[in-house]
Amino acid sequence: MIPLSWYLVLSAALFSIGLFGVLARRNAVAILLGIELMLNAVNINLVSFWRYNDPTRMDGQVFAVIVFAVAAAEVAVGLALIISVYRRRNTVAADEIDLMKW
Amino acid sequence: MTVAQIVFLITAAVMLGSAFMVVTTKNLVHAALWLIVTLFGAAVLFATLNAGFIAVIQVVVYIGAIAILFIFAVMLTRRTMSETGAGLNPNWWLSAAIAVILFGGLAWLLRGWDGFSKAAPALPSGFDSVGALAQALVSPEAYVLPFEVASVLLLAALVGAVYIAFQKKGEE
Repeated sequence: MIPLSWYLVLSAALFSIGLFGVLARRNAVAILLGIELMLNAVNINLVSFWRYNDPTRMDGQVFAVIVFAVAAAEVAVGLALIISVYRRRNTVAADEIDLMKW
Repeated sequence: MTVAQIVFLITAAVMLGSAFMVVTTKNLVHAALWLIVTLFGAAVLFATLNAGFIAVIQVVVYIGAIAILFIFAVMLTRRTMSETGAGLNPNWWLSAAIAVILFGGLAWLLRGWDGFSKAAPALPSGFDSVGALAQALVSPEAYVLPFEVASVLLLAALVGAVYIAFQKKGEE
């Protein structure tokens, strides 16, 4: 049987890689890809805690389902914003979208 | 080494490798395709955790909808990406340092927790996790309210996305 620690370490590594993507990429779509990686790491954590704690209580899985819904909403709005910005400014590089930068 | 452990290790290696490709590949279509590999690995992990419903949802919603949406967005915003040069910030090493520190901190924090290397309790015989999840989602004592709020959130987000991305006539 796989110990809980393997899942937790894997999801921590996945979360860190996603964070690196969010912080280091210039393209706004790539930043959203990093956020997806982070959300997936969280989901792996939630489901493994469900399995290793008390499988008859469904809290972990319910939380994972809600995370799915929120991730879908976030991607839809985020990509719509990026496409809208692209139409107006003709760029999706995060450091060139500086209209509100002081 | 049991079969489950070998499956886990292979899946984990594939996931970490493809996640690394997601954040480093210059070509964003390739990055989105690598993201699909990572998401598929997560679905395999959900299956090893006896969460069959979540694994199916992962394939249908994440790979079938979200990843495809990403590929569409990349195609719609493609023109400038080859011109802007480097895919990473000039100070990407700072981000890498933050990520490594975060991973180290998490690993250190988890090592000190006494439930860290816990083994999974056996599932009760005849336990139907999909049925239990369904009941938890619609039972008033459990999660019916967050479930309904999530559906309203999805509706609002989709209407908002259509409004934001909609191109008004005469605007180009």
